Amino acid sequence: MTKPIIEVKNLKKVYGGREILKNIALTVNEGDTVVIIGPSGTGKSTFLRCLNLLTYPDSGEIWLDGKLINAPGVNQDEVRQHYGMVFQDFLLFNHLTALGNVMIGLTKVKGLNQETAKEKAMKELRHVGMQDHIDQYPGQLSGGQKQRVAIARALAMDPRVILFDEPTSALDPELIGEVLGVMKKLALEGMTMVCVTHEMGFAREVADRIVFMEGGVVVEEGNPNEMFYHPKVQRTKEFLWKITELYASSEKK
Amino acid sequence: MIEFVNFFIKYFPDLYQGALITIRITAVGLGLGFVLGLPAALLRVYGGKYFRWLAVAYVELFRGTPVLVQLFVIYFGLPDLGVTFSRLTAAYIALGLNSGAYQAEYFRGAIQAIGSGQMMAARSLGMNRLRAIRYIILPQALRLVIPSWTNEPISLMKASSVAFLIAVPDLMTKGKLVAARTYDPIASYICVAIIYIVMVFIMTGFVQFVEKKVRVPGFEMEELRV
Amino acid sequence: MFINILFYILSGAGITLSVIAIALPVGLVLGVLLSLVRVYGGKLFSGLAAVYSTIMRGIPHVVLLFILFFVLAGTINLSPLLAGAVSLAIISSGYQLEIFRGAIQSIGGGQMMAARALGMTKLKAIRYIILPQALRVAIPSWSNEVASIIKDSSLVYALGVPEILRRAQFMSASTYQPFIAYGIAAVLYFIMTFLAGRLLDKLETKTKIPCLQLEK
Repeated sequence: MTKPIIEVKNLKKVYGGREILKNIALTVNEGDTVVIIGPSGTGKSTFLRCLNLLTYPDSGEIWLDGKLINAPGVNQDEVRQHYGMVFQDFLLFNHLTALGNVMIGLTKVKGLNQETAKEKAMKELRHVGMQDHIDQYPGQLSGGQKQRVAIARALAMDPRVILFDEPTSALDPELIGEVLGVMKKLALEGMTMVCVTHEMGFAREVADRIVFMEGGVVVEEGNPNEMFYHPKVQRTKEFLWKITELYASSEKK
Repeated sequence: MIEFVNFFIKYFPDLYQGALITIRITAVGLGLGFVLGLPAALLRVYGGKYFRWLAVAYVELFRGTPVLVQLFVIYFGLPDLGVTFSRLTAAYIALGLNSGAYQAEYFRGAIQAIGSGQMMAARSLGMNRLRAIRYIILPQALRLVIPSWTNEPISLMKASSVAFLIAVPDLMTKGKLVAARTYDPIASYICVAIIYIVMVFIMTGFVQFVEKKVRVPGFEMEELRV
Repeated sequence: MFINILFYILSGAGITLSVIAIALPVGLVLGVLLSLVRVYGGKLFSGLAAVYSTIMRGIPHVVLLFILFFVLAGTINLSPLLAGAVSLAIISSGYQLEIFRGAIQSIGGGQMMAARALGMTKLKAIRYIILPQALRVAIPSWSNEVASIIKDSSLVYALGVPEILRRAQFMSASTYQPFIAYGIAAVLYFIMTFLAGRLLDKLETKTKIPCLQLEK
């Protein structure tokens, strides 16, 4: 029986007078890869940031491993150690090398000593295939390389869940593959992942569940087979197939 | 608090006279600085080896030494060599030379931001350097420089206060006189400070108004802090 | 004769350097702290820092120097040198606040977000992620401010501190060679600002972050 790692109930968030998230409910089980899709600007990123409390929800419940994390008095910094996050803009720390980026969470947040941290960091960098670039600075890396280091940085913290916020949207088409490859590998290894992405090929192949979000609500969710071939809502069908058309060309590569 | 307000009202007329002189010194210094700074910038960018060196020497010298020292050299030092100026004139000259050096850097930044491409295009039309500068480079540079150049009048007004050390009857000097009369230096200088900051505020407002009016969308330069 | 004048004025250089040696670090620490308040403090404190910066930058340095000097000398009974140096530090902190504020903001909010996503507290993020980058980025602008402080040190002349300019004046009065005396003073200041500029250029090269991309 797979147990839910994350449970979200009745999540609401208002930004600048607009209700960005109207009433979101979601359950993520251990080992799941959940892919969230939907038109831009409909709150997908906001939702992701609510999960690790980078953005604080206005109402609703977020449960992580059976603990209510958006309750008053909860140590938010501590909560965030259980999540990993990978951003669209990579957001690597410019003044640190690739190795430094992966190590800093271990040394300054988890308090590990230099040696232990370095070992763990090297392991994760090897995991994503960046072991030959450890002494390079972010400015010297390509987009795909930066993102892989970012993934290593998140992995090093041994998170319960990794959140991916459009990880390939800022990449040149040729570099998307290397990042998706790493993400696929993680999914197969059983990492629990919540991804916001437009990469339909990835969604179809790797997702356990696809969640279609629009206008601040979950329009429909289901496994890839259901969503792509037997969607219950018309809008879902429209969206999925329009996007699939656009991205079919990058799939062929 | 009320005492202070009374104090301020009582001595304001004296201070006001000084403020007028301060404004005058600032204006003259600014004008002189413009007349010196723009050619210096042009020489620096387009001049031959010797002119360029001259411009650099001027700018580095006047930006690398305190304005107070410059003032003393001009007012106390030059008579030694036979050239004597009145207090006010010495202030005008020192501040003008000083401002010119800073203005030269602002102009240089703008001219270089325009880029050599513009000069190239102008010359390809058959213009000589002088015409190109006059009709193509300067019109653009002078527009581009406005946001950063507008730091200068404010800077200059603040710098002008050192003239009180050669007894020019500006706002600071008047402040000192009030302090001597009242034996209350803190209150006196706070009044002086208030008047300065009000003047700066007004100038800043005016400057922002001008900037808005003159702005061409898309034609902007990263603001130089000199 | 010239040598005499030179050496006498030169002996004032030690005083000038002490003034700078106090004003610079104090101003730096104050400036960085205030810039952090300005960027990360709540609305109230950030606003107060903004007012502080406006006042320090909107009033002539001589005026501020006098006010601060009389306040400091009156209440704490500091020597003119110390009072002058501390006053210069306070004035400079207003400008340094703005310099570091600009640097921090150019690093961008994304860096803070990424740091917090790792579970860092705001304080840790500032210390290990934001400041290391901001301080490096700020070096060119800060170099200008250092030159400013060196030049402003001449203002303590008005407080009677026996630094370079004061000595030059004494020489000028006693030897009737004002041009040489003040000329030497000018050269000394020039050498100081020149060397400082060179040193800071070196610092910038040494600490440069390779291929840094900044948000506008």
